[in-house]
Amino acid sequence: MTGAVVRPLPDPHAFLARRARWSAPEILFWLSTLLPFWLFPDYLSLASQIAVWALFAISVDLILGYAGIVTLGHAVFFGIGAYTAGLLGKHGWGEPLSGLLIAATAAAAVGFLISFFVVRARHLALLMITIGIVFMAREAANALHWITGGSDGLQGIRIDPVLGRFEFDLWGTTAYGYALAVLFVAFVFCRRLVNSPFGLALQGIRENPTRMLAIGSPMRWRLQQVFTFSAGLAGLAGAVLAQTTETVSLESLGFQRSADVVIMLILGGTGRLYGGILGAVIFLVARDQLSDVNPRYWYFWIGMLLIGVVLFMRDGLLGGLSRLWDRVRGRGA
Amino acid sequence: MLTTLAGVLFDGFAYGMLLFLMSVGLSVTLGLMNFTNLAHGSFAMLGGYVVVVLTERAGWPFLATLPAAFLITAAVSVVFERLLFSRFYRRSELDQVLVTIGLVFMATAAAAYLFGTVQQPVQVPSFLRGAWNVEGVSIGVYRTFLIAVAVVIAVVLVVGLETTRLGQQIRAAVDNQRMARGLGIDVDKAFALTFAVGSGLAGLGGGLAVEWVGLDPAFGLHFLVYVLIVVSMGGLGSIGGSFAAAVLIGVGDMACKYYVPELGAFLIYALMVLLLFLRPQGLFGRR
Repeated sequence: MTGAVVRPLPDPHAFLARRARWSAPEILFWLSTLLPFWLFPDYLSLASQIAVWALFAISVDLILGYAGIVTLGHAVFFGIGAYTAGLLGKHGWGEPLSGLLIAATAAAAVGFLISFFVVRARHLALLMITIGIVFMAREAANALHWITGGSDGLQGIRIDPVLGRFEFDLWGTTAYGYALAVLFVAFVFCRRLVNSPFGLALQGIRENPTRMLAIGSPMRWRLQQVFTFSAGLAGLAGAVLAQTTETVSLESLGFQRSADVVIMLILGGTGRLYGGILGAVIFLVARDQLSDVNPRYWYFWIGMLLIGVVLFMRDGLLGGLSRLWDRVRGRGA
Repeated sequence: MLTTLAGVLFDGFAYGMLLFLMSVGLSVTLGLMNFTNLAHGSFAMLGGYVVVVLTERAGWPFLATLPAAFLITAAVSVVFERLLFSRFYRRSELDQVLVTIGLVFMATAAAAYLFGTVQQPVQVPSFLRGAWNVEGVSIGVYRTFLIAVAVVIAVVLVVGLETTRLGQQIRAAVDNQRMARGLGIDVDKAFALTFAVGSGLAGLGGGLAVEWVGLDPAFGLHFLVYVLIVVSMGGLGSIGGSFAAAVLIGVGDMACKYYVPELGAFLIYALMVLLLFLRPQGLFGRR
């Protein structure tokens, strides 16, 4: 092709439709998430934890990977969702699906309030606001121990069978099915969202905020919208964890949890939704395997892995894999 | 009533001086290179362990370990700066946050591996122990010593930054890095030096803190949050701003813990979030 040829602008709707098409590897991936029921029936509670963390990581990916808001405080919303669902279950509202909706709405409502703080600041101030809010939430949950159970955690949660039929059992069969179903529904929704004009606007804000303002995109409002939505998703993840484990600990809204979810996302790769899922699988399986060896020093290797990924694989494992895939295909063609 | 208030003010001021020592370096290096170094608190922890190891295992006198804490931390920090951090000055803020928090995790785990998770004790010489009683207010000798050290260092820093050639170069680079480079100032060298001195001061602050707040592997992360609060409230690159913010946080934290202990540090975090909402550039920051 010569340099003089001007490529015609692709039709934006066709562009988005092409991006939104489901590919074969994606369908295969989602089918394979059913395998643990038969292959690893002893690890179903781990699998349901992975599904919860994957959903949490996807919620962070929306604001960090797509909109470019660096946060170390997203566990606030995870914790609000967990405590809301837990408190509902403890005080007689055991119906799980409505509990999920209420918990996610509560987290989204708080997220909307906090979004006013988040869109005002940048750089260090933004980071400090997110860190400050997560520490505040933890102090508050600890101080309100007559509601939250304080450092003992919230006990005595009772959850009814899902849809009145599937009771939460000791082996985690229902728990995994439930967590996986929630993850899949939320994922389909997020996938639709990032492949919409709204999703493109977010990526534009991440790449060049000045230009987005210049072409008339309501930047702050877009960021507030996605932040609120992401907070709701994080709350959903927290609610699923509370319902499936029937307990909520103070750690669920701590700084460590906020950092962990960002680490998972970075390991997997940001800005592609599947990165969060892959990161959650690797992180939790590795922790499950390694923590038997030396629980206290586990974070040494996590820290080293994080530095390695940031130094040598800037778009995470999924980014590295997709580059590899491109190269293999390029050679084959 | 008034005497307890005076006691809270004194202790809070002393605590603020500790925070000032630990945070002033980060404030200047952030202003200079825009490098978000979350490992700064871990450098303070390193200084703490240097003091503990030298006094308790090697039998050094406490006062001799303080310069050692400064020098060793400064030397270690420069190695990290040259080998690792300098690759990240032009990278995104997220990458800087990730690589330094990775380092925090490694430092915490390494400290737990080497020293266990127990609180480390430190013996200070007898002339630094005890307290004077002034009009019913208890004035701790060690805390007075802390204040004296921090004030002397603050004065040296301000005078050095105002009058020496290096100080002028650093100020020029903070104000306008491109212009400073254009005028032939070796900004990278100035930065490496500033980074070493700043981390060394954090190490000194960590060493001085052990007697008061104890030392365990969680020290780095705990003080990181306080240090970041001071830096973000004081505004980047400003020694005076760091000093004022450190005193404010120190006194505020002491007062909260004394008068409303059930809230813990909640009010400090709330104060910071509110302040950053109203003034994202900090109290004294220009950017």
